[in-house]
Amino acid sequence: MDAEARSRAARALLEAYETGKPIDPLIDANPEMVLEDSYAIQLIQIEHRLAAGATIKGHKVGLTSAAMQRQMQVTQPDFGHLLDDMFHLENSTISAGTFLQPRIEPEVAFVLRRPLTGPGVTVAEAAAAIDFVLPSLELIDSRIRDWKISFFDTVADNASSGGVVLGSTPVGVQDVDLRRSGCVLYRNGEVVGTGAGGAVLGSPITSLAWLANTLGARGVTLEAGHVVLPGSITASVPVTPGDTFSATFAGIGSVTVRFAPDAPEGK
Amino acid sequence: MAGTGWDIDRAATALLECEAGRYDRGPITEEWPELDYDTAYAVQDETLRRRLARGEKLIGVKLGLTSRAKQKRMGIDVPLVAGLTDAMLLPAGEPVPQGKLIHPRIEPEIVFILGRDLEGPGVSAAQALSAVDLVLGGAEVIDSRYRDFKFTLPDVVADNASSGAFVTGPVALPADGLDLALEAVLVEVDGAIVDSATGAAVQGHPAEALALAVNDLGRRGKKLEAGWIVLTGGMTDAVFAPPGSSVACHFTNLGSVYLHGGPAADAADGAGA
Repeated sequence: MDAEARSRAARALLEAYETGKPIDPLIDANPEMVLEDSYAIQLIQIEHRLAAGATIKGHKVGLTSAAMQRQMQVTQPDFGHLLDDMFHLENSTISAGTFLQPRIEPEVAFVLRRPLTGPGVTVAEAAAAIDFVLPSLELIDSRIRDWKISFFDTVADNASSGGVVLGSTPVGVQDVDLRRSGCVLYRNGEVVGTGAGGAVLGSPITSLAWLANTLGARGVTLEAGHVVLPGSITASVPVTPGDTFSATFAGIGSVTVRFAPDAPEGK
Repeated sequence: MAGTGWDIDRAATALLECEAGRYDRGPITEEWPELDYDTAYAVQDETLRRRLARGEKLIGVKLGLTSRAKQKRMGIDVPLVAGLTDAMLLPAGEPVPQGKLIHPRIEPEIVFILGRDLEGPGVSAAQALSAVDLVLGGAEVIDSRYRDFKFTLPDVVADNASSGAFVTGPVALPADGLDLALEAVLVEVDGAIVDSATGAAVQGHPAEALALAVNDLGRRGKKLEAGWIVLTGGMTDAVFAPPGSSVACHFTNLGSVYLHGGPAADAADGAGA
């Protein structure tokens, strides 16, 4: 894709945020699209948002489970940016119209104590850079119609990011076995997903090291105080208005998100 | 029944012959549509009676269909129960007994050892848990006498809930202080993580599955006995275990259970050892 085509794709995605109307897969109109096009399109949107006053609060890693990678026919994860307006407080009610077609993923969020600059970051260095761990729910979303995404579409669309709800009980990374510890996701009190932290690339810390090294190759450092969502422990679950989701993480605690009952406008 | 020529005895014989001869078959319900849920348990009871008559010892039960999603699909609201005999025990380190099974698959499970008898109806999950002496991790090698694991509810009940073999893990803990809803397992096949789950995938909590099973057994005039092993139900989807493969189930607190599929066919042919 040339610069013009990339910029057109970025504008279409930005417009989908504003109108709340999803767009066709980018790959349909741009069959020549490659991964570098996708990350460039993502970055154009982030720069646009930063110019409008948003700030970067961290990153997310996506496509970290064997099941998701199989589904997308990829062998690598992807990453997206977390901006300040994507963070929602745990006890607030999220109006469903905030998102186009939201889904929930339970994750163990990392908060960094010091910067991490790849490439060459080891799992040991990644673990040492974590200040504490928080229970979290990621609200993934897609600006692509009906989630009909290829790998290139989701990367261009900020790795299908939507929002984040962080729990408020910090736990030391050395106090929990992130690989073997369990997580149960409840929707309206019913179990809708279970898993172990190791479903995330073997361990969420492996995911952090991958992120640091992948960003490092692009000249980007993970900053102290930033949040990293390393990937979902269970399959994602769709949100309907009025839903309440809770996730409980062994040794880490729980986090809850509520959605307003009213159907969003235009749906 | 009269029109089909099928009865409890013939169904039990058909299933045990498949097992002994290592061949699969179509669902019995296709040939015997009148085979219902209760009759299917009578078939299962008859197969167990014959296992014991040939010298096997009843050492516990396995619970099946313990996920609510699967129960909904099958039209039931309680787990299946089937007998476990000592012939199904797989010592740690032994390969999956390919020579005795048709198309084995592996499921990680939370395993109970009962400290006292448990008899329904009217047993709560809390009471069921209080009867549990020890909790272990385990892996069940399920097998089905039906082609491609395709069966209806009565078929699988009659087929001893797809029992095959099972292995228990290295750690045995009292249930006190263990949150079994959050006890997780990470399943690795040939070193790659393929799935994970927690005990909440088993009827919300394995003790809920146990209580439901005990209450359903009570309805049929049966109970579970002190010292018995209870396989509480698969936590994840089953994974294949062909020769040459290795499967590891890593539990949060209950250690790791390792299983291997035995030597790969080509290695066995050429090794000459």
